[in-house]
Amino acid sequence: MSTTVIVLFLSIVLLTLFITWWAAKRTTTAGEFYTAGGGLTGWQNGLAIAGDYLSAASFLGIAGMIALFGFDGFFYSIGFLIAYLVVMFLVAEPLRNLGKYTLADMINSRFDAKKVRAAAAFSTITIVIFYMIAQLVGAGALIQLLFGIPYWIAVLIVGVMMTIYVLFGGMTATSWVQIVKAVLLMLGTVVIAVLVFARFDFSIMTMFSEVKTATAHGEAFLQPGLKYTVPLDTISLMLALVLGTAGLPHILMRFFTVKDAKTARSSVVTATWIVGIFYILTIFLGFGAAAFVGHEAIVAANPAGNMAAPLLAEALGGDLLMSFVSAVAFATILAVVAGLVLTGASAFAHDIYGQIIKKGQATQQQEMKAARQASLWVSVFSILLALGAQSLNVAFLVSLAFCVAASANLPVILYTIYWKRFNTTGALTAMLFGLISALVLVAVSPNVLSPEAGAAMFVGEPLFPLTNPAIVSVPLGFLGGWLGTILSKESDARRFAEVSVRANTGYRE
Amino acid sequence: MKAGSVYTEERTTSKAKQRKTPGRKAEIDFARVADSSRFRTLLEKKKKFILPLTIFFLVFYFTLPILTSYTNVLERPAIGDISWAWIYASAQFIMTWVLCTVYVRKFQKFDKDADEIVETEIKGG
Repeated sequence: MSTTVIVLFLSIVLLTLFITWWAAKRTTTAGEFYTAGGGLTGWQNGLAIAGDYLSAASFLGIAGMIALFGFDGFFYSIGFLIAYLVVMFLVAEPLRNLGKYTLADMINSRFDAKKVRAAAAFSTITIVIFYMIAQLVGAGALIQLLFGIPYWIAVLIVGVMMTIYVLFGGMTATSWVQIVKAVLLMLGTVVIAVLVFARFDFSIMTMFSEVKTATAHGEAFLQPGLKYTVPLDTISLMLALVLGTAGLPHILMRFFTVKDAKTARSSVVTATWIVGIFYILTIFLGFGAAAFVGHEAIVAANPAGNMAAPLLAEALGGDLLMSFVSAVAFATILAVVAGLVLTGASAFAHDIYGQIIKKGQATQQQEMKAARQASLWVSVFSILLALGAQSLNVAFLVSLAFCVAASANLPVILYTIYWKRFNTTGALTAMLFGLISALVLVAVSPNVLSPEAGAAMFVGEPLFPLTNPAIVSVPLGFLGGWLGTILSKESDARRFAEVSVRANTGYRE
Repeated sequence: MKAGSVYTEERTTSKAKQRKTPGRKAEIDFARVADSSRFRTLLEKKKKFILPLTIFFLVFYFTLPILTSYTNVLERPAIGDISWAWIYASAQFIMTWVLCTVYVRKFQKFDKDADEIVETEIKGG
């Protein structure tokens, strides 16, 4: 590896450590730790949401999938973007108005029930762990490829960095690392896209006609159907993508870093523009890699196509651009895992320790201490899991996290905000039905069980035909909530009146 | 999701199950605010805006995988080598930005209604 790449990696490490040192001085209360004191502007939070959301799966994964499968790779881009309409139209503002630090806070604005809080904390932790392992495994593989260092050292480097950010700088450091990353990622993506476009004479028509003959797939590359051939599986995946974002705890938590619903709204607008432009540019990255790197070279570097973007950068701008793009990918991973550690830690420290064990009576010092300990444990636990999960498919883990979020979290969020009759039992059954059905169906899906040896984790006949169970588990989450509610008598219309007034007016004492 | 129901009536029936929440000051009569015509009008307006548009963008979104999975209509060329699938996908991006902008415009108006409710129904009442 060249000295350029080492210098760039070290600059990112030093810059983020400087941010953490600066943020640490501003992190003395639990509120500052969990939500940066709620003082981010719409712009800052919008960039941070984009930085939190655009993971290595987006940057490396989608570019690779478009490079290998053409149009079908672009399905992910579409789903990941339109998900922001669900966030904006149904969730963002009521969430900001009702919640304080965590998703469980928001649900418990209607129910003072420990079991509901525990269930929400549990589903948050489950999603965070799946997502985190995906990111760490991806990070380890990437750094291993770039530097030729062993996988376990690569995972440890990323793991130590994320722990430092969160432990010392809390949400302030996490947010600014995400903001810096979003800017770097956009910069890198725009540069590559412009270089690709230049090779096609800045003409969309030329780009499509050249790509049509550039791959072994020929015309089929530009048409749907190269990767997704089972209709229900495609629709199920699209369902998980579009509904999952509005249930992802680390994205939802970002809305507590702004002061009111208005600012939450403007952060979604900023995020939607940035994320949208990024996903449009994934077409250029994917097409560029297909045309100028070629299928063979991409698959030779990594069978899933994850190296398409760095290889494309090398083909276009030599060692310098490849080093820059690799550094951007590194920053991308750091920003996402930091957000995940913080979210997992707040579920433990705020929900389980502060609200359930200490019944909301913990002092600032106690809760801060718990939050820092929890960050450490969440990090250590995920690093250990990631070390043992090297062979797992990253895209599968990410889509599983989206599926659990859509099935376990979204139904209870929507019912809490909009359904008057909804009650404690319904909240519990909604989360449990969604969570358990998603996990069980995945465990018996073709991702885990395959009659071919080596194609999945275990050899056997899959009991459930779809790779992504969202089309079954999301309706089950909604059904569970509905059944639990109507089969139990309890109902508190007065409390719903309060929730509804607060959600729609933003009123706080 | 029944907007505009009468909260005050049901209050008496659910009162027995009310739990005292520690640390919560119960001075504001939220049931009365929720029942006020101003608040009910605001909810009604929001619902009229959000519900149809949400149904629209979800239908528009799922039409793409349904069409690509079950038919070949989107594989026909639209402009040069660009097929209708790409045009449809781009339309989804444009739709997202347009709806985002429309939402912000609309909700700026709702902000004023909400502030008014806080002033007159909660603080004033």
